[in-house]
Amino acid sequence: MDIHEYQAKEILARFGVPVPRGGLAYSPEQAAYRARELGGNAWVVKAQVHAGGRGAAGGVKVCKTVDEVQAFAASLFGKQLVTKQTDANGKGVYRLWVEGASDIAKELYLGFVLDRKSERIMIVASAHGGMEIEDLAHDDPDSLRRMTIDPAVGLTEFQARELAFVLGLKGGQIAQMVTILKACYRAYRDLDAMMVEINPLVITGNGDLVALDAKMSFDTNALFRRPMIAELRDRSQEDPRESTAGDHGLSYVGLEGDIGCIINGAGLAMATMDMIHLAGGEPANFLDIGGGASPERVVRAFRTVLADGKVSVILVNIFAGINRCDWVAQGVVQAYKEVGLTIPVIVRLAGTNVEEGNQIIQDSGLPLITADTLADAAAKAVAARPRLAA
Amino acid sequence: MAILIKKDTRVIVQGMSGRIGSFHAADMIKHGTNVVGGVTPGKGGETHHDRPLFNTVREAVEATGAEASLVFVPPPFAADAIMEAADAGIRTAVCVTDGIPSQDMMKVKRFLRRYPEAKKMRLIGPNCAGIISPGQGFMGIMPPHIYMPGRVGIVGRSGTLGYEAASQMKALGIGVSTSVGIGGDPINGSSFKDILQLFEADPETDAVMLIGEIGGPQEAEAAAYACDHMTKPVVAYIAGLSAPKGRKMGHAGAIISAFGESAQEKVEILSAAGITVAPNPSSMGTTMASVLQQRRAA
Repeated sequence: MDIHEYQAKEILARFGVPVPRGGLAYSPEQAAYRARELGGNAWVVKAQVHAGGRGAAGGVKVCKTVDEVQAFAASLFGKQLVTKQTDANGKGVYRLWVEGASDIAKELYLGFVLDRKSERIMIVASAHGGMEIEDLAHDDPDSLRRMTIDPAVGLTEFQARELAFVLGLKGGQIAQMVTILKACYRAYRDLDAMMVEINPLVITGNGDLVALDAKMSFDTNALFRRPMIAELRDRSQEDPRESTAGDHGLSYVGLEGDIGCIINGAGLAMATMDMIHLAGGEPANFLDIGGGASPERVVRAFRTVLADGKVSVILVNIFAGINRCDWVAQGVVQAYKEVGLTIPVIVRLAGTNVEEGNQIIQDSGLPLITADTLADAAAKAVAARPRLAA
Repeated sequence: MAILIKKDTRVIVQGMSGRIGSFHAADMIKHGTNVVGGVTPGKGGETHHDRPLFNTVREAVEATGAEASLVFVPPPFAADAIMEAADAGIRTAVCVTDGIPSQDMMKVKRFLRRYPEAKKMRLIGPNCAGIISPGQGFMGIMPPHIYMPGRVGIVGRSGTLGYEAASQMKALGIGVSTSVGIGGDPINGSSFKDILQLFEADPETDAVMLIGEIGGPQEAEAAAYACDHMTKPVVAYIAGLSAPKGRKMGHAGAIISAFGESAQEKVEILSAAGITVAPNPSSMGTTMASVLQQRRAA
């Protein structure tokens, strides 16, 4: 789960990371008020959306007057900000962060991630901050320094110092860097984060280290024990179809094609999408109905897939283990009647209670297209698509 | 002989009296698995499915000689249950639970390393379908009737895709020695490589079907191992060729976040290591059949 920059800064500041002074605004007037309240003669106004690349997309601006702050804020509120990390719809801007402009001498990169290879928290740092880590890894891989942390010991002082020296820091900056690294590590560990990123971590004209931007994302599996973090969830930044589906125990990811998919198991769902692709079609979505799906959950899956107007055919592919084909079949029949389906539906059932399931499909008298194998199902789905007008 | 679970393996179920644990324990018993008891804290002394329940795994091991444990414990308590099994001397634990926090798994992996190699517990999962040696027994949630006993090992992250492979092979008359689901989480107990090692050493396994997916470094590690240390042929399939970068595909671990983690890159790494990669998910069975035939001819 992602949170906003200002929330990440507040959290990291509590653990001891220095951040610029700033204030949150929900309206242009409030943005202007925040600028006056902060004082000074230059401010940075930053759109708060769950995506990187905001600067290049016009979501961040340095303003020299309070009027400029207000005007820029007015131009941002309610806008869908499209960055290179969002889809074509972008993310809605409903909150702005206004902070005093910092005097930047140098930009560094600092990130904490879960390293799957060592199965530990890993620090990634570079003396070249400011650009996205992917670009950095591509353009200047040698500048990246990696260090893993032993979970039983935590981040040691010597590791933190070593990293500070590698980044070329000097004098008082060393102690500041050690403080920042230990603070980020504790925030990561204590709050069940999956990612902490400070990019850029800047050296100001005075030689001090300040976190100019911050990003945190959290382990959704751990939210049950982090109620304060769970409260930071911002549904306005999520794809409404994906979050509604999630509320009903479905794992859904919207894609570009027109073949709606209803499948059990993430691996089989991906494989079915691959098969559709090879058969010459394009999947409209990834959808995993999960284990032990009731007929009601299957109906909900149909509604979720159909909410995408592009869908012209639906492929149901179930290999039941913990699921039951008869329940799924009941759900398909129920969905057909309740939702008033008019597009072709291909159903392939296998595994637990498959005979009962196929019997229900057969007895329903509905124009459902059945398939025996994965390849058969994908081919029939592609063939069942309405022909595009030439 | 198979690996991990055999006819005589003494199995306990942690969480056997819970709704899901109870259902699957009954299925395991019905299909001949040697389930000798269950663990539910607070219900020690009672019985369930005609098997004794114990308060702790240690009591269960002392009373029954259990060697393996299936963990059906909800996510907030699952890591603790796994560590309890390791401390009680269980040899193999299978954890089906989906949704264990990553840092809990980090702690579990660290905990398992406390024991010397001879006493170390092998963990399969979490978030997996379990393990089955057809005709002998199983620990997990898979439908046992789709597996035919035989001499090909299966190892995969995804449960349902493992079923797909088993049924495709069964349709071609190819049976399974053992099928192992290693689970879809970013941190798991056993990697592809760990299971390949067991299959390589198992005299009753002739070949291995490896079913990977996008995300993570374990397929590449498996490719290197198979290339350098395996005499048995490996056939692979990688799911997610059409998955977009940066989007999580259901499994917590199925996200392309680094170089070498896309399906295409993994296919290239595996092919370069001499592993035959099935071009699509419906040809897992036929690809295995032709590799076995080549072996026989050679």
